[in-house]
Formats: sequence, structure tokens, C-alpha cells
Amino acid sequence: MADGAIAARFRLAYPGFALDVDLELPGRGVTALFGPSGSGKTTALRCMAGLARAPDGLLKIGGDVWQDEARGVFVPTHRRALGMVFQDASLFSHLTVKGNLDYGMTRARVTAAEAGRDAICEMLDIAALAQRWPDTLSGGERQRVAIARALLTRPQLLLMDEPLASLDVARRLDVLPYLERLRDELDIPIIYVSHAPEEVTRIADEAVVLDRGHVVARGAPLDVLPSASRLVEGGRFGVVNALKARVVAVDDAYGVTRLAHPAGEILIAARLTTQREARVVMRATDVALAMSEPRDTSVRTILRGRIEKIDASESALAFVTLTLIGGDRLVSAITRLALDELRLTVGADVFALVKSVALDERGL
Amino acid sequence: MPTSEDFAAIWLTLKLATIVTCLLLLIGAPLAWWLARTRSWLKGPLGAVVALPLVLPPTVLGFYLLLTMGPHGPLGRLTAFLGVAPLPFTFAGLVVASLFYSLPFVVQPIQNAFEAMGDRPLEAAATLRASPLDAFFTVALPLARPGLVTAAILGFAHTVGEFGVVLMIGGAIPDKTRVVSVLIYDQVESMNYERAHWLAGGMLLFSFCVLLALYGRRRNGRYG
Repeated sequence: MADGAIAARFRLAYPGFALDVDLELPGRGVTALFGPSGSGKTTALRCMAGLARAPDGLLKIGGDVWQDEARGVFVPTHRRALGMVFQDASLFSHLTVKGNLDYGMTRARVTAAEAGRDAICEMLDIAALAQRWPDTLSGGERQRVAIARALLTRPQLLLMDEPLASLDVARRLDVLPYLERLRDELDIPIIYVSHAPEEVTRIADEAVVLDRGHVVARGAPLDVLPSASRLVEGGRFGVVNALKARVVAVDDAYGVTRLAHPAGEILIAARLTTQREARVVMRATDVALAMSEPRDTSVRTILRGRIEKIDASESALAFVTLTLIGGDRLVSAITRLALDELRLTVGADVFALVKSVALDERGL
Repeated sequence: MPTSEDFAAIWLTLKLATIVTCLLLLIGAPLAWWLARTRSWLKGPLGAVVALPLVLPPTVLGFYLLLTMGPHGPLGRLTAFLGVAPLPFTFAGLVVASLFYSLPFVVQPIQNAFEAMGDRPLEAAATLRASPLDAFFTVALPLARPGLVTAAILGFAHTVGEFGVVLMIGGAIPDKTRVVSVLIYDQVESMNYERAHWLAGGMLLFSFCVLLALYGRRRNGRYG
């Protein structure tokens, strides 16, 4: 087991549900536990936190053993150096934001300086909220305070249970960039539970797919999500691609920006006047495929690549993964009917027509 | 006009209610906590025992308490063993009886508050390194504050208003066990309606104010 890595083995049965997972997780980066509701992802997370107890469970993190029932070891939650962010933030309503932040920090016997309180508050943009009461915060602010509260205990492991699920779409986009910053700036492992493929693609380094209590797939988000997204309702619309491209020209008259990518020009309906590079996202369902370069289409972003993988089950939509010129991957969701009628096969050269390109809020 | 006899009864009543309320909060909070969180089969039976005074005639409660505290009852033997005076017809006996009599009025609001907050605040506290005891005092109790205030008001008011149990256990010894409700009964028995009016009217006003405070608080929301 690599240094700081996590070994987790939980078997747990409730009436009508059984969890059976045996995982080795990396000691840093974001690992997403993805699956539909009832897949056991939250239960697995609760087992890691010690809030649920699998009768013959095992949990090792780094050199520490938090649970090893074979040897009678079960460290209670409050003695585990972990941070947890719940779906509903769960701030203490009888304490101010500062009171909430201090609650864990003092109990972990960490000083503000050791915890890096100022840096964390700045990273999550909550320094100005210190004297406010949780009731007066927006959903996004509450979630950011909850994340800071967890981090201030200097945890060895950060557990996040669908931290965006209770927020509306706009608030979700508010918090997402902070999560991405977290991933880039923290050197502790983060386990991120989600049923939203879009969050997983944007945040996670690796995705573990759970279904009915078992691990059914595991790998880079773009590799496993196309087929795994079928497990959740509307999930296929959440498979998103992210590409980095260089800003070439801003067309003020039309309000668009041209970006250069090795596979072709990307047009985005925004004026990117301040940056030289941009990260753009495109939904797999917004990417169409053509065998030859179409000349009379309104689509202005056409990228060239080769089919690397075809993921077709009995459902109406199939996912086609391309390797673009330049090496980036791009996933397209097309109907299985079109796949068969065009006789698309692995290795074929195709043109990807991207109907809609959005700017990734993260910036660079 | 109220006489010194009346004031003595009022003072005794307030003293009794204050002591009983404080003791009940100390006993009731842990008991409510246990009832709210346990999965033991004892939850049902114990909850029912706590609620018994709600439905029993005070005379039944008083009768059994009298037997328990009497020279042949377990509590009576204990007081004899400890060398203290038997509890019946003493102020201490009234306190013990009132603890049972007002218990549900204190336990139930606190239990409801604990149940309403659910497990989540305590789980959050545990992930922030708070031991269960620490979380009880720093998270559960503060969050249950509205329930605690309701419990204190109801416990106090209900103890002030008790009559049957007091009569059974305490009788009507001036300055020791003759609380307001008992004094009113005595006055009415002796046809001193005017004297009874002062006290009865005062009780009516007091009870109304207590309930007004209680329901006003509820309407005004969380902390009111």
C-alpha cells in the first residue's frame, strides 16, 4: 500500500440492501464514489467516517488503522482525523460562522496559524462572514463554511457527501470552482460522493462506480462515466468534456471568441478579452459526429479525431469516445440508430460537431 | 386583603416549584436524551411510565407514593436506614412527590426537541472531534433550548397547580406543606370565600400569564 493510501473494506447488510466493497484508494487527489441513490455510496462514506459500522470492516489510512474488526479495532468518529462535509452543510445554528469554524479547530487542538485559517477562509472566500449566523447565509455560503470548518481540523482525509446536491443550479456553479481549487491546493485525499456525472468529470481524478452495493467500474471519469451515467436518471446529459485552448481572436462585432485547438477551431459565444488560454466545457449530448467535413452547417466548432471506444448498450444513446488530434479525449453521445446507420467503428476518422461550448468557470 | 398566612403559602409554593423545576431539568434532560436516542426495547415501557402522571388521578399517584414513602415502603426503609425523618407530611416529601407528578411535563418537550434535531448535528460534531458527552453539552443542549424553556415553564406551572398529590402526601401543615392550592381548599371548606378569592384569582392570573408567555413564544418562532 502506497504511503498515505487508503484501504477500505466494508460489508454491511440492511433489509433490502447490501454493501460489499473492497477498495484501495490513492493517498491524494479526488476520488469520486459515483452511483444512483441506493447504490451504497453514502453508506460507504459513512463507514469511512465511523458513523456506520460494518461488522467485519477494515479501514486503513496511511499508517493508521481506523477499523480492523478482525483485531477488534474501531476508532470512534471523534478520534479519527477526518473532515466531513454533509449534503445539507449541517452548520450549528446556535453558533456564528466563527463559532462553527472554531468548533472543530479547538477540539483538534490546532491553532489558527497551524490550520492556516486565513488561507483557508480566503480560498473559500468566507473571511467576511465570520460574525454572521448560519441562518443568514446563502446555500452556497453555508456549504463553503462547512468545507472550511472541516479543513480547519487539519484532517488526514476529507469526506464529502454530495456537497452540491442541496443547492440550485446557480449556487452549484458558485461552489464548484471552490471545490476545484480545493482539489488543486490540498494534498490530502478527498472522497467525493455524487450522483451527478458533471460534478464527477469536473472535480474527480478518479471515479469509482457503485451499483447496488458493489463496485462496477473504476477509472478516469471520462473513461467510466459514459456507460456509468446510465445508472442515474438524466445522467447522460451530465457527461461533459473539458478542453484547454488558446485564445486567438475576439470578434467584437459578433460577440464571439475564436480559440485554437490542435483538432480545430473552437468558437465560444463570449468575449474573452482578458485571458490567453481558456478551459471550455462541452456536453457529450451537444457533440454530433460526421464522417466527412460538413460544409453547410451552422455549427462553428468542428474538431477532428479518431474513434477510440464505442460504448453501446441496449439503451437509445451510445457514447463514442474520440482521441482528438493533439491527444485530448472527447466523448460524444449519439443515438444507437445513428451509430449503426453510419457504421461507425473503432479506428474510424470522424468530425465532431460541437453545438454548444461553454466557458469553464474555473479560469486558469 | 391577603394575610401573612396567604403569603406564607405563596412563598412555599414558589419555593417548591423552583426546587422541583431545577431538579427536574437535571433529571429530565438526560432521561429525555436517552428516550430520544435509544433503540432499546425499554424505550416504550419507560416512556409510558414517564407519561403515567398525565392520565392517572393524582390520588392514585399520591396513594402509592404514600405507601412507598411510608415506614414499610422501600423509600421509607431507606430514609429510616439513613436516619432521616420519614418523607410523608414534610416539605422534602412534597418535592419527591412533585418530581414524579411533573416529570412528563418536563421530559416530553425536551425529548421532542432532541428528536426534532435528528442525528445530523451530533454526527457533524463527532466529525469535528467532539466526544458524545462534549456534543451533548455543546450542541444538543443549546439546539434544544426552546424545548428546555418550554419544559421549565410547564414544569414550574404544573407544580404550582398541583393539589391532589400534595393533599395525599403533605396534608396542610402551615409553612411546611400547605401550598396555595391546599390553602384555597381549606378556605372554601371553612366558607371563607373572600379569602379564597384572593388566592384563586391570583392563581388564575398566574396560569394565564404562563400560558400566554408559552404560546406567545411559540408564535414568535425559534427563540421567541
